Amino acid sequence: MSDQNSTAPGSSTPVVETSHAAALDAPIVLEKVIVRSPKFPIVFGVFALLGLLAAFVFPRTGTTRIGLSDSKDAIQLDPIPIDSQPFVAVVAVLLALLAIAAALFVARSATARIPLGLTVAFAVLFVIAFLVWAVHDGLLPFTGLLVGALGVSTPLIFGALGGVLSERVGVVNVAIEGQLLFGAFAAALIGVYTGNAAAALIGAAVAGMLVSFVLAAFSIKYLVDQVIVGVVLNVLVTGLTTFLAGVIDVDTIPRTARFGVVPIPLLSEIPVLGPLLFRHSLIVYFMYIAVFAVWFGLNKTRWGLRLRAVGEHPKAADTVGINVGRTRFWNVSLAGAIAGIGGAYLALDAIGLFSKEMTNGAGFIALAAVIFGRWDPVRAVLAALLFGFATSLQNSLSAAGVTDVPKEFLLMLPYLITVLAVAGLVGQVRGPAAAGKPYIKS
Amino acid sequence: MSDEKVPGESQLPTPGQVPPAAPEPQSAKGVEEGQMSGTTPAAGDVPPPPAANRVMREILSSNWLMTALAIVLALVVASILIVVTDERVQAAAGYFFARPLDTFRAIGDTIGGAYSSLFQGAVYNFRRPGFVNGIKPLTDTLSFAAPLIAAGLGVAVAFRVGLFNIGGRGQILIAAAVAGWISWSFPMPPFIHMLVAVGGALLGGAIWGGLVGLLKARTGAHEVILTIMLNYVAWYLIQFLLKTPGALQAPGSNNPKSPPADPSAVMPTLSDLLTLLNGGTQVGSFRLNVGFLLVIVATVAVAWLINRSSTGFRFRAVGENPHAARVAGIDVKWVFILAMIISGALVGLAGAIQVLGTNTAGFGDGIDAGIGFDAITVALLGRSKPWGVFFSGILFGALKAGGYTIQASQGIPIDIVVVVQSVIVLFIAAPPLVRAVFRLPAPGSKPKARTPRRQKLATEAAR
Repeated sequence: MSDQNSTAPGSSTPVVETSHAAALDAPIVLEKVIVRSPKFPIVFGVFALLGLLAAFVFPRTGTTRIGLSDSKDAIQLDPIPIDSQPFVAVVAVLLALLAIAAALFVARSATARIPLGLTVAFAVLFVIAFLVWAVHDGLLPFTGLLVGALGVSTPLIFGALGGVLSERVGVVNVAIEGQLLFGAFAAALIGVYTGNAAAALIGAAVAGMLVSFVLAAFSIKYLVDQVIVGVVLNVLVTGLTTFLAGVIDVDTIPRTARFGVVPIPLLSEIPVLGPLLFRHSLIVYFMYIAVFAVWFGLNKTRWGLRLRAVGEHPKAADTVGINVGRTRFWNVSLAGAIAGIGGAYLALDAIGLFSKEMTNGAGFIALAAVIFGRWDPVRAVLAALLFGFATSLQNSLSAAGVTDVPKEFLLMLPYLITVLAVAGLVGQVRGPAAAGKPYIKS
Repeated sequence: MSDEKVPGESQLPTPGQVPPAAPEPQSAKGVEEGQMSGTTPAAGDVPPPPAANRVMREILSSNWLMTALAIVLALVVASILIVVTDERVQAAAGYFFARPLDTFRAIGDTIGGAYSSLFQGAVYNFRRPGFVNGIKPLTDTLSFAAPLIAAGLGVAVAFRVGLFNIGGRGQILIAAAVAGWISWSFPMPPFIHMLVAVGGALLGGAIWGGLVGLLKARTGAHEVILTIMLNYVAWYLIQFLLKTPGALQAPGSNNPKSPPADPSAVMPTLSDLLTLLNGGTQVGSFRLNVGFLLVIVATVAVAWLINRSSTGFRFRAVGENPHAARVAGIDVKWVFILAMIISGALVGLAGAIQVLGTNTAGFGDGIDAGIGFDAITVALLGRSKPWGVFFSGILFGALKAGGYTIQASQGIPIDIVVVVQSVIVLFIAAPPLVRAVFRLPAPGSKPKARTPRRQKLATEAAR
């Protein structure tokens, strides 16, 4: 469903809306009301203006070499040289044209919607122009940037998947941060004491699930406000793990308990794509499977249908014989397990140690990705990748010796984007209808 | 969408719950739905209060016994954690079956040590000579409590409107930056300088909080998401300013740290005041400062605002049922904005106390010291009532002050305090769980005891 949604937005409104919360009555509303909102063209215009400013008011000359291979690759590609100033100028003009096109789409087209392709093209062009402008004279390790983005995104993606599952079944999951952190702690603890990577991974899943148990029990059985439980759980897990890390030694995880890089033969030798997708640890490969499984399960299976029914209209689901409480409980637990594995990645793969509060807001970025992705697994994953990219961009730029672009603003980007998203700039953000509401059978 | 939800809501009353028509404190989630249906015009008849609001009802109305029991349970949980992770206990448990008494003695020593140092760190230290030295822990408690109470009041005001302000961290950071900046940029006479700096902090917090209210009122965005995200925006903004020369960075330094607060803007401590009274002889070394007085003033002001003023009446009306409030002619959107402005300003007071009172030697990006999140637990424990927040703030201040002593003398990480706080709030949020633990009467028998109380509240609210 989400595929149709992204390839043909607007052309068939009913199809688009069936994947969404409002379901039955939504198409009627949409046929009556076509909002010609100037928000999108304005945003496009602002970014195009930034591009023009960068190109003509603050020009930076030199040659940017875009590196595609690193020393480990079998097939070496030469870096692509780009003359920075003319390139940025051309792209900035293109951006301005795209912004005008967007304005025309909103003003003239029947649906008043900007094609997704245009938005994506705009974003990609802007990012490339920004990179070239920022580096302006030197080597930009492009593949490294993307690989780094995937690395940063991995825990976010696990967290976002957990968030999507939990919220689609009707339990608001603000505790992703706690699930990630407890997963990371459990992975480190079990890794230190057993030296077994598989045991550590399972331990992380169980730990994430434990956090979910509390969330589920309090919100389903005791009907406590889910946001409050989530926030308090984050605080609890932060305190608990910091306390335990202070009295138990979890600093040095033995090498046997970590997940090393397992390159996939042949595939990992493809230029750019190989290092990007097929030269990772097992947890990342597991993530590919998890993303597909959640998407497929949610949209194509009976389990997913039931899950969504419980999240949208628990009474209807109850009427047809679905046990709402049980469905919620176990799916929230599953969500916790998935997020816990994301935490294991933090402890066992990315860093190889546990430090206090090591998630450092990753759970909240994952939550942002869920909302930005409109509670759809594929979109949420893309949002998580986008957010990971912003962080990786900051790392790559400082590696490339760019210091005059404040990294704080790049790090701030995911959060700012989310504020703009929930403030209604990115279409209507509307979650599952029954999310956050306990179901009480009368 | 709202018409879909009404059937779901009509099921909400459970044993122990009054019909939805009665005034009922409502939760943060309630507003999410209020926001969702915000686009549809209000109908002539009043829909029941949106969403499930058991937690806020419980939090506002359940009795003090529950609070006490929740605290006891949290301390039990903490004791178990301390005992299990204690090395002496672990060693003694290794030969438990040979000499079981050793294990129990070790457990007793550990717990006794922990709680006696908690008392010595938070209330009175008998090992120090003289009353002035002995009472210092209590003043430390109050000094830790001051920013907690201020921020807790802010969160509580938002709660009463049905808004969940998790943005304390961002608001404190912004307020702290403004207060510090005023203190070292504009020379002024001593007392006035402090007041202006505090005023600036209130304004900074109010703007950062009001932004959330504005976005919520104008676009219907959920305040929980907005505040979480704005926390990080503020954090990175402060990080940037702290390492930018000419902004907040101390001149001549490369560290991301601000200059110290100007002495004329610093809040005088209790010792300063006593020394002045004593004719110049130094009295004690109390860190408790004027910030606590400001907090008392703030508590009185919030109590008046919520309970006595017409604005407060509107706040409570919106908090109990935004639909009904809208029908009654209350500008719900403006109430959201105003409540977030006031909430942000109160949280900003905590930021001012941090910079001008607690940590005057220049601050980094951790100046909020977790107060923004602690404030949520303070407000929940205080049941979002001004004086409840005041006393729960003092309790958490005592835990914090004692926590440092426990860490220093017993080697127990101070984070145990965070565990205690969050467990207290979890238990408070779920009275059935506490009742189950203590085998208290089932909720079925509760309404009889409770209904009159709530009716009393209702008539109070109507008056």
